[in-house]
Amino acid sequence: MIEFLNRVFGREPSSRTAKERLKLVLLSDHLSLAPDVIEALKHDLFEVISRYVEIDAANCDVTFEQREKQVAMLANIPILGMQKRPTPPPPTPASHTNGSPKPPRKASANGTGTPRRRRRKVQPQNMPQPQLAQGSPQPT
Amino acid sequence: MINQVIQDEVPGAGDVPRARGRAIVVTSGKGGVGKTTTTANIGTALAALGASVVLVDADVGLRNLDIVLGLEARVRHHVLDVLEGIATLDDALVTDKRVPKLRLLAAAQTREKDDVDTAAFRDLIGTLRDRFDYVLIDCPAGIEKGFVNAIAGADEAIVVCTPEVAAVRDADRVVGLLGDDRKIELIVNRLRPALVRKGKMLSVDDVNDILHLPLLGVIAEAPDVIISTNRGQPVALDPASEVGESYRAIARRITGQDTGAPEIPREKTLFGKLFGGRS
Amino acid sequence: MSARRIVLTSGKGGVGKTTTTANLGAALAKSGKRVVLVDADIGLRNLDLVLGVEKRIVFDLVEVVEGRCQLRQALIKDKRLENLSILPAAQTRDKTAISELQMAEVVEQLGALCDYVLIDCPAGIEHGFRNAIAGAGEAIVVTTPEVSAIRDADRVIGKLHERGLPVRLIINRIRPEMVRSGDMLSVDDVTEILAAELLGIVPDDEEVIDTTNKGEPIALVAESRLAAIYAKIARRLEGELVPFTALNAPGFFERLFRKAG
Repeated sequence: MIEFLNRVFGREPSSRTAKERLKLVLLSDHLSLAPDVIEALKHDLFEVISRYVEIDAANCDVTFEQREKQVAMLANIPILGMQKRPTPPPPTPASHTNGSPKPPRKASANGTGTPRRRRRKVQPQNMPQPQLAQGSPQPT
Repeated sequence: MINQVIQDEVPGAGDVPRARGRAIVVTSGKGGVGKTTTTANIGTALAALGASVVLVDADVGLRNLDIVLGLEARVRHHVLDVLEGIATLDDALVTDKRVPKLRLLAAAQTREKDDVDTAAFRDLIGTLRDRFDYVLIDCPAGIEKGFVNAIAGADEAIVVCTPEVAAVRDADRVVGLLGDDRKIELIVNRLRPALVRKGKMLSVDDVNDILHLPLLGVIAEAPDVIISTNRGQPVALDPASEVGESYRAIARRITGQDTGAPEIPREKTLFGKLFGGRS
Repeated sequence: MSARRIVLTSGKGGVGKTTTTANLGAALAKSGKRVVLVDADIGLRNLDLVLGVEKRIVFDLVEVVEGRCQLRQALIKDKRLENLSILPAAQTRDKTAISELQMAEVVEQLGALCDYVLIDCPAGIEHGFRNAIAGAGEAIVVTTPEVSAIRDADRVIGKLHERGLPVRLIINRIRPEMVRSGDMLSVDDVTEILAAELLGIVPDDEEVIDTTNKGEPIALVAESRLAAIYAKIARRLEGELVPFTALNAPGFFERLFRKAG
C-alpha cells in the first residue's frame, strides 16, 4: 500500500537511491584505496599546471571529498607566479588519448574554471624555454 | 543536563560533576544479525528522546554504520585519525541534521582492526563518556582483535541474536567471552512469528533457554529495514514502522522510562497483511 | 591430480557463505564429484551445524595443523552423500591459531583426495580471511542485494584481485517481489556495481531456516526450488552454460493464499 502511494506521488524507489549512494561511496572507497593511482594523478596534474604557472610543488595537495551527490577532487596548488613564457600545448594529433591540455586561454590558474582575459604581450624572441618535467606526455 | 551547562559556563566548577555517560557495546559473534542496524536505531531513538548520543563504529576496514545512518557523505575523519592525532574528536564527530543530539564517530575504511590499540580505544570511550549520555559501540563480527577493542571501555553489552541455530551458538560464545563484570542484555532480531508457530523457527524462549539473558527487546523480520538502509533513513525515525516502534521501545527501556517486559511481535493476520504496514 | 580449491567469502557476515558452501558442496557431491568442505571460521564454527554433523566431531583443523591427528582422522564423512566430507574448525581457539602457510598446506593435502575443496571463509578481511584464501585458487563472493553487503563485497573483491584470484559472484537471498516494487536492488544493479562474473542467483527462502535447524542442506531436499538452483550452480561451476532461472515473484493473490508462512 505504502509502495503504491510512494510511486503515485513520485517518490524515488529506494532501490534507486541505494544504487546511487553505493556508487558514490564505492568511488570514495576506491579512491582512498589507490594511493599509487592518486600519486600518479597528482604528479601529472601538477606537471600540467606548472606549464602555465609556477607552482610551489612542495606544498601542493590533492584530496577527495564525498558530497551529497558527488565525489569531488579538491586541488590545493599554491602559485608563485606566471611562467616566463606560457608553454604552448603540445600538438593534438588524432591518436593522442591522454587528454592533452586545451589552448591556454581556456585554462585558469585560479581553479574556478572561468576563462581569464588574456592580455596581449610582446614576446621577446630569445626568452629561455621553461623546463618540462618529463618529455612529451605519455599516452595513458 | 543542567550540570553540563554549569560546567561549560563556569570553568573550574568541578564540584558539580556530570554523571558519566553509559558505554554500551552492541555485539553478537555472528555476522549479519543486525548489530549495525540495531546500534543505528537505538542510538537514533535515544537521541530523539533527548539524550546526547555518540555512535562509534568499531568495524575498521568494513565500516557500515555511516551508510546505515545515511551519513556516508559527511565523514571526513575517523577513529584512527583521532587516536593517531591527525584530527581532533570534534573534527571527526559527524552531526546528523535529522537528529540533533546524535553524533557518529566512523571507522577507518582503509585500515585494519589490528591497527587500533586497545588501551587507546578504551581511553577514547572514556573521553566520550564524559561528553555524552550514551556511547554505543558497533562491534564487528567475530571474536578477534576487533571484538576485543570494541568491548574495551564498555561496561554494558547488548547481544543481538536471530532465532537461528548458528546465531545462538555464536552468541553463546560471545557471552562467555564478555565475562561476568558487564551487564549483558539480549535483543532477539528478525523474528518470524508465523514460522515460530509452525515449529520451523526457534522461539524467543528457545533462544533464551540457551542464553539465559535479561530480554531487552524483540524485533520482527520486516522489509522496512532493507528499505530504510537503501535510503539511509533509520527506521526508528519512521512513525509508521513497527520495527521502528520496537527500537523506540528498546530505547525507552534503556533509559528506564519503560519497565514492562518487552513485547513479542505477533503474527500478522490476513487483514493485517492486506492493509497493515509494509510487511 | 589436484582438486579445484575454491574459497567462499563475502566480507559481510550473515549473507550466506556457510549455507552456500554446504549446499554447493552437497550439489557437487550429488552430481558425482568428490568434495571436501573446510570450515575456516575458527572459534565460531557453523559449517558442522548446517550439515548436521556437530555431534560427530572428533578432531578439527587446528589439531591437524598442530600434528595431533592425521588429516583423515579429522574428516567427517557425510552419511547422506558418500562423496562429501567435512573438515571442521576448532571451537575453543581463534583465527590466530594457524598461519596462512599451514592452511595452504592442509588445503594442498586435501586437494590430493578429492575433486573440489570448498573453503568456508569467516566474515571480515583480517587474519581469518587471509587464512581462508591462502590455499585457494579461485574465489566465490557471496553477497545479498543490500547496501552494506555490496559495499563489503566490493572491498573483498579488491583484496581477491590483489591476490590474483579469479572471482565469481553469487547473489543470495534476493526477493523478487521487493525488486519488482523497487525496494531492493536487482541482479543487474548488483552486477553493474560489483563488475564480477555472475555464478548464481539464489532467492530468499524461509525453508532454509527450517532445514538448517534440522542440519539438512536444502540442496538435498529434492522438491525444493533451491535444490534445483544449487544443482544449476554446480553445473555452471563445472563449466556448463546454464541459463539463470527466471525468478517470478508470486502475484498478489498467490501471496495471500500461499500455504508457506
